Amino acid sequence: MLQVHNDGKAVVSSGEKEKAEFDVARLHAHGLWATLRQD
Amino acid sequence: MPKRNIKRDRKHGGYTLQLPADERALLRSLPAQFREVLQTDDPSLRRLFPPAYTDDDDANDEFQRLMREELLEGKLAALEIVEQTANADHLTEAQLEGWLGALESLRLFLGTQLDVSEEMYAVALDPDDPSAPALALYGYLSWLQEQAVEALSAGL
Repeated sequence: MLQVHNDGKAVVSSGEKEKAEFDVARLHAHGLWATLRQD
Repeated sequence: MPKRNIKRDRKHGGYTLQLPADERALLRSLPAQFREVLQTDDPSLRRLFPPAYTDDDDANDEFQRLMREELLEGKLAALEIVEQTANADHLTEAQLEGWLGALESLRLFLGTQLDVSEEMYAVALDPDDPSAPALALYGYLSWLQEQAVEALSAGL
């Protein structure tokens, strides 16, 4: 949370694409701006 | 301590809701207006339907195709809860969570439309500003959302 506050973004989840997309969808459902990228 | 309008109901479970009639009338009328906006491609909705991929348009299109409808349905369901319970004196936890979601959607839309920034909290509302009514509404919704968060987190 502090990292989001200071830097404007933070990694909150990592893993396989399907799980990451599921997590992003859940964050979107709560009005949070989440994106995912492949590392 | 300021008066709390949303409180945990320790006796019956759920939450009590105490709001003046004019605020309830406002909250009852907002979902219908916002439901129409939600079905459009108004650019001020971008915070409600953010991109999942910012560096891959194909992946993002695919994600939106799969998820946007579900996201929209969740937001519509939350608005319906507020619409149906705006006059209620008691809310279940699930209903209050619906309120929280609906208030957040309305705030994200209004905040994007008004280009709200953190600095705005520091200055008083200028009554001659044409955005003053919308800013006042934004402030009210934010205050009510804080009440909902506090009431819900009191139960943790």
